Amino acid sequence: MKLIFERSVPGRSTTIFPECDVPETTLPESFLRAEKPDLPEVSETDLSRHYQELSKQVYGVCDGFYPLGSCTMKYNPSVNEEAAALPGFAGLHPLQPVETAQGALRVLRLSEQYLCELTGMDEMTFEPAAGAHGEFTGLLLIKKYHELRGDAARTKILVPDSAHGTNPASATMAGFEVVNIPSAPDGGVDLTALAEAAGPDTAGLMLTNPNTLGIFDRNILEITRIVHEAGGLCYYDGANLNAVVGNARPGDMGFDVVHLNMHKTFSTPHGGGGPGAGAVGAKGDMAKYLPGEHVVEKADGTLAFEKKEQSIGRIRSYYGNFLVQVKALAYILMLGGDGLRDASQNAVLNANYLRVLLAPYCKVAAEGICMHEFVLDLAEIKERTGISAMDIAKSMLDHGMHAPTMYFPLIVHEALMFEPTETESKETLDEAAAIIIELLKMADTDPEALHSAPCHTPISRPDEVKAARTPVLTWKRA
Amino acid sequence: MTFPKNLKYTETHEWVEEIGDGRVRVGITDYAQDQLGDLVYVTMPEEGDEVTEGQSFAEVESVKAVSEVNSPVTGTIAVVNEELAETPEAINDTPYEAWFVELSDVEMPDNLMDADEYQDFVEAEA
Repeated sequence: MKLIFERSVPGRSTTIFPECDVPETTLPESFLRAEKPDLPEVSETDLSRHYQELSKQVYGVCDGFYPLGSCTMKYNPSVNEEAAALPGFAGLHPLQPVETAQGALRVLRLSEQYLCELTGMDEMTFEPAAGAHGEFTGLLLIKKYHELRGDAARTKILVPDSAHGTNPASATMAGFEVVNIPSAPDGGVDLTALAEAAGPDTAGLMLTNPNTLGIFDRNILEITRIVHEAGGLCYYDGANLNAVVGNARPGDMGFDVVHLNMHKTFSTPHGGGGPGAGAVGAKGDMAKYLPGEHVVEKADGTLAFEKKEQSIGRIRSYYGNFLVQVKALAYILMLGGDGLRDASQNAVLNANYLRVLLAPYCKVAAEGICMHEFVLDLAEIKERTGISAMDIAKSMLDHGMHAPTMYFPLIVHEALMFEPTETESKETLDEAAAIIIELLKMADTDPEALHSAPCHTPISRPDEVKAARTPVLTWKRA
Repeated sequence: MTFPKNLKYTETHEWVEEIGDGRVRVGITDYAQDQLGDLVYVTMPEEGDEVTEGQSFAEVESVKAVSEVNSPVTGTIAVVNEELAETPEAINDTPYEAWFVELSDVEMPDNLMDADEYQDFVEAEA
């Protein structure tokens, strides 16, 4: 397609400005540009066609099945958007007096109460702008906790080898050294290795439960006990909370700090429609160090912001991505406690249904019942036919589906990670499974077709090596 | 997949070649490059850095993932293969010529595998 710059014609414009009703003024010479900026000049028709065309190049949850593992690409209900668009929310300024923004403070207060109830935490902050930002915040809380106890020896964070890549990255950013904990054969944490690694230098453990293989770690109480007995704290990465919300609480599993991804579990959009939000909850003493402004209820029932004395300080401007929190609260209120519980049970049911349909045709990385997602291991298929996880994923695109997550977790070499979510119907899952089974069979019968897929997408197979090594990130006029 | 007889191997898929004078060259194996896929970046250490057996001294990035390269031996980085940093595809093309670094003051540990042992190890892993 043509870029907006290629549609540009000098002098063409979109907006008819109203008459100027203020006195004209001239800026000092030193503030003026020497040359006009090279901006596109297009009519409103051209502009609208440009965006329309762009919109046709993308694929979203509203287009079809989107089983991107570990991302929880569930449907984003319209009512969330309606709530966030209410003028009382959308028109707020973060600096207006709190007396005039009581409704907004109530959103934060209610969100905190509900999310603490769902996670077993005591207090929550809504500053973090997304999941990894939440991890970073949680780790700063852990750091502060040890610092205030005068325990400077705790410099290490334990991270299982099945973890999301953000875990070791956040720990490093927060100034910790990362210690990798291997997985046991069943996919859970290797308890012996954990017990060996945990010690007087352990600041904490970061864990996703269920983990990235879609396995709920049955030893979770033992895991958190080992870390606590070594004097460390336990951090719950909420990336996979959609599997258990309403059924099990990280706080009851022994976790001290959690982050939640509103754009996963609580149905707010992933990019495009808005930014993420990664609320962080903390238990007991840890809550004293939460960042930013915390909403408190005064004796007369009004709400106010209060800064915690021992806070780690701000980690983002104002109150985080507030409107995302409005959407998440709308979701929580629409479903209620029972609805949230049913949603996560259906997410687990859907994943297991799809897993059982596909299992006769491809090895599943972890045996037995999965939680909200599962990982296919195509190593044997690749060895036999040369067809890789990438080939199957690319071929799925031709059938109007989004690809699953590829080559993750790293402990499975030819991984395809499926997370159908609760918002897909049995019909959609049956249809998707039939197509995927057909593609897996083609590995033996017609590998060439799979190697050359996709043929029906706007872009076929980009040169990934070139894209990584010599990316062209800006357009230059020819 | 090839397993040259003159090299020693680690469980984390690095190879090491003794070149005399207590010096060795280190790279990643054919199996490692095959698992990683097309390599796009290599992050090298500095000459003079001390490295410890089993500890990461370089990183490789493929279209799939970023992985650490562990040193099979303890020693000092004597020479960095700067040319390889410019042409990471050489690791895919000729993994046993694509050495990352030359280490000096090295004592060869006795837990490294020979070619046959490594081949068995890889076959067991796959």
